[in-house]
Amino acid sequence: MNWHKIFERHSMVLVAGILVAVSIGGIIEIAPLFYLESTIEEVEGVRPYTPLELAGRNIYVREGCYVCHSQMIRPLRDEVERYGHYSLAAESMYDHPFQWGSRRIGPDLARVGGKYSDDWHQDHMTDPRAVVPESIMPGYPFLGAREVRYDDIADHLFANRMVGVPYSDEMITAAMIDFRAQTNPDSDDYDAFLDRYPNAQVRDFDGDPERITELDALIAYLQVLGTMVDFDGYDVEENRR
Amino acid sequence: MNHSSNAASAPSDANLMLRIGLTLVCVLVFAIIGLILADNGTDFTMRVHGTIFVFAAGAAGIALLSRYGNYFQNPAAAVGGAAKGYNLSIVKAGVIMSMFWGLVGMTVGVVIASQLSFPELNLHLPWTNFGRLRPLHTSAVIFAFGGTVLMTTSFYVVQRTCHARLFGDVLPWFVFWGYQLFIVLAATGYLLGVTQSKEYAEPEWYVDIWLTLVWVAYLIVFLGTIWKRKEPHVYVANWFYLAFIVTVAMLHIVNNLAMPVSLLGSKSYSLFAGVQDALTQWWYGHNAVGFFLTAGFLGIMYYFIPKRAERPIYSYRLSIVHFWSLIFIYIWAGPHHLHYTALPQWAQTLGMTFSIMLWMPSWGGAINGVMTLSGAWDKIRTDPVIRMMIVALAFYTMSTFEGPVMAIREVNALSHYTDWNIGHVHSGTLGWVGFISFGAIYCLVPWLWGKKELYSNKLVEFHFWIATIGIVLYITSMWFAGIMQGLMWRAYTDFGFLQFSFIETTEAMTIPYLIRLLGGILYLSGVFVMTYNLWMTARGPQNAETPYRAIPAAAE
Repeated sequence: MNWHKIFERHSMVLVAGILVAVSIGGIIEIAPLFYLESTIEEVEGVRPYTPLELAGRNIYVREGCYVCHSQMIRPLRDEVERYGHYSLAAESMYDHPFQWGSRRIGPDLARVGGKYSDDWHQDHMTDPRAVVPESIMPGYPFLGAREVRYDDIADHLFANRMVGVPYSDEMITAAMIDFRAQTNPDSDDYDAFLDRYPNAQVRDFDGDPERITELDALIAYLQVLGTMVDFDGYDVEENRR
Repeated sequence: MNHSSNAASAPSDANLMLRIGLTLVCVLVFAIIGLILADNGTDFTMRVHGTIFVFAAGAAGIALLSRYGNYFQNPAAAVGGAAKGYNLSIVKAGVIMSMFWGLVGMTVGVVIASQLSFPELNLHLPWTNFGRLRPLHTSAVIFAFGGTVLMTTSFYVVQRTCHARLFGDVLPWFVFWGYQLFIVLAATGYLLGVTQSKEYAEPEWYVDIWLTLVWVAYLIVFLGTIWKRKEPHVYVANWFYLAFIVTVAMLHIVNNLAMPVSLLGSKSYSLFAGVQDALTQWWYGHNAVGFFLTAGFLGIMYYFIPKRAERPIYSYRLSIVHFWSLIFIYIWAGPHHLHYTALPQWAQTLGMTFSIMLWMPSWGGAINGVMTLSGAWDKIRTDPVIRMMIVALAFYTMSTFEGPVMAIREVNALSHYTDWNIGHVHSGTLGWVGFISFGAIYCLVPWLWGKKELYSNKLVEFHFWIATIGIVLYITSMWFAGIMQGLMWRAYTDFGFLQFSFIETTEAMTIPYLIRLLGGILYLSGVFVMTYNLWMTARGPQNAETPYRAIPAAAE
C-alpha cells in the first residue's frame, strides 16, 4: 500500500481524489436524463399549471403534504387498480420541484383529480375526521379562512418560465386576470382563459364565491392532478423504456 | 507539502488592522443585507429572517469588538493563538450545542410520533401540523444534532491528529455560529411554511446560500489545520471528514439550484423538474445518508474507538480499501429510492446494483472498527462507553445489510412507501449515528473539562440499555407496520378485488404506532439521562460508585 502515500501526504491530492471518486456515479446516472429523449414520454394534454393551480401547488408544498402523500403510481397491479394508470414522467415535467413523495401515510394523490367533489374536499380539509372517522390527517381549517395572495403571481409564472416551463408572454401578462377568472364561470375572461389553459376547470372551488381563498387554490390544484394526459391516445409500446 | 509552523511570527500591526477591518466590514455588510430584507421582504418569513440576520450580525459585531479590544490590551493574544495550544473552547461550545439540538430534535420526533397516534395533537394550526413539524424533526436531528456533532468532533480530531491548533482566529467561530444560524433560519422557516419540499434539503434558496458560505469556510478551516500539521501523514479519520465536507458541498450546491421569485422573497422554483429533479434529489438524499450520516461518523469511529480502547486501528490496509470503495460506490445508490417510478429502468438497475455492492465496504468498515478491540474485548464489559460505540457498529452493520436488501426492486415493491423505510432509517440513525455520537461525547466531556472520568458510569449503563430497548421497540414496530401495510395494500379477495381500502391499512397501524412512540420516548429519556450525567461531570467531582473494572487500575 505504498502507492497510497501520495494521498496521505498531500492533502490536495486527497481532495482531488475524493472529488473524482464521488463525481463519476452522479455524472453517469443523472446527466443522460437531460439528453436522452426517451426519458420523458410523448403524450398529449400536459400543460403548465394555471395561476390558481400553481398557487394551490405552492400551498401543497408549504404545508408539507408531500411528507405523507406520494404522487407516483407504480406499474404494479394493485396500485393501478387502486389509484389509476401508472404515472408517466411526462406528467411531472413542469413540476418544479417534483412531488413524487417517499411515504404513504395517506393515499397516493397522483390521480386524485375528479375523484372527490369540491364539497368533499372542503369538509375533509376543514376536519378530516368528519368525513373519514379513522383518518389521522391534520385539519386545515385555516385555509378556507385565508384569502390567497396573488399580487405577485405573474412573478411566479416568470420564475417558472426561467426554469423551463413554457408560459407565454400573454400568460404572464394575464396572470392575475386568469387567477380570478378560474374561480368565476360568469366572468368575461372565461374564453380567453380557456384558450390559454385548455380543459382547465372553472368554478368556485371552496363554496365561498365572495372570496378567493387558499382553499380555492388548493382544491383547484388537487382537482387537476392526474387529469391532464389523454390515455386514449397513449401508446404504451412506443414509450417503453 | 506540509508546513511546519512551529514558530508563529506575530503579524504586523498593519496586517492585524487590515484583518480586523475586513472582518468588521463583512459583519456590516451582513447587517445591511439583513436590514434590507427585514424592511423590504416581500413575505413575512423573509422579514423575520432579515430581522434574525440583523440580530446575529449585531451579536457577532459585539463579540468581535470585545475580542479585538482584548488584543489591544494584551497584544500577545493577537498572534492568532499559534502559541496557545489547541482551540478547545470551540469544541466545548460544540458539545453543549450538540446536546441541546439532540434534545430539541428528538423531542420534536416524539411529538410527531404522538401526532400519528393522536391526530388531535396537530392542533390544526399551520405551525403545529405534522407536515411542517416533520421536516423540523428530520433537520433538527440530522443537521442540527448530527451536523454539530460532526463539526465539533472534526475540530477536535483534526487538531489532535495534526498536532496543530485549529486554523484561523475568528474563522472557526464564524463556521460554528454561522452553522447554528443556518439551523435557526431553517427551523423557523419550516414553522412559517417556507420549504423547497425536497426531503432533507428543505431550506429555501437564501438559507442555502448562507450554508454554502459557512461550508466553504468550514473546508478552509479544516484544510488549513491539515496544512499546519506536524505529522507527515493525514490520519484516516481526517480522510473521512474531508470526504464528508467536500461531497456534502457538491451535493448541496447541485441539488439546491433554484430560481427565486424575487430577491426579496423566500420562494424559489427548483431548476430541475419532474424526473430529473427526482433523481437529483435522491442522489442528494441518499448521499446525505452516505456522506453526512456515514462518512462523517466513520471519521468519529476511526478516532474515538481506537483512542478509547487504547488499541491501534485493526487494519490500515482495510481502512484504505474501506475509504475509497465506500465513497466511490455510495454516490451511485440514489436511484433505489425511485424503483418502479417514472425514472428510466436503466437508472434504477444501476442504483440497485451499486446499492448491493455497497454492502461490502460498509461491512469492511464495521469490521475494521469492531476488530480494533482485538485483545481488549473485556472493555465491552467494563467500559459502557466502548460498549455504546461497538453496539453503534452493530446497528450500522445491521442497517447496511438491510439497506441493500431493500434496494432490490422486488423487495422495494413491498417496502417502498411504507414504515419499513422509517424503521430502516431509525435503526441507522438512532443505533449508528446516535450511539457513536453519544460515545464520542462521553469521551470528550471528561477530556475537555479536565475530569478523570465521567460523573457516573452506571448512568451511562442505564442510558445504554434504555436507548437500546427504545431502538428495538422502534424498529420492530416499524418492520411490523411496514410489512403489514405493504401486504395489505396488495391483498386481493377470492373474487379478484382489492381486499382493503386505504383507511383500513391506516387503522392497522394503531398499535405499532403506539409501540414506536414508546420506543421514541425511551430513547429520548436516555438523552436526558446523558445530559444530566455530562452536566454533573463538567461541574463536579465523580459520583462515588464502584468502577466496573475487573482489576483496579494500577496506581498512577
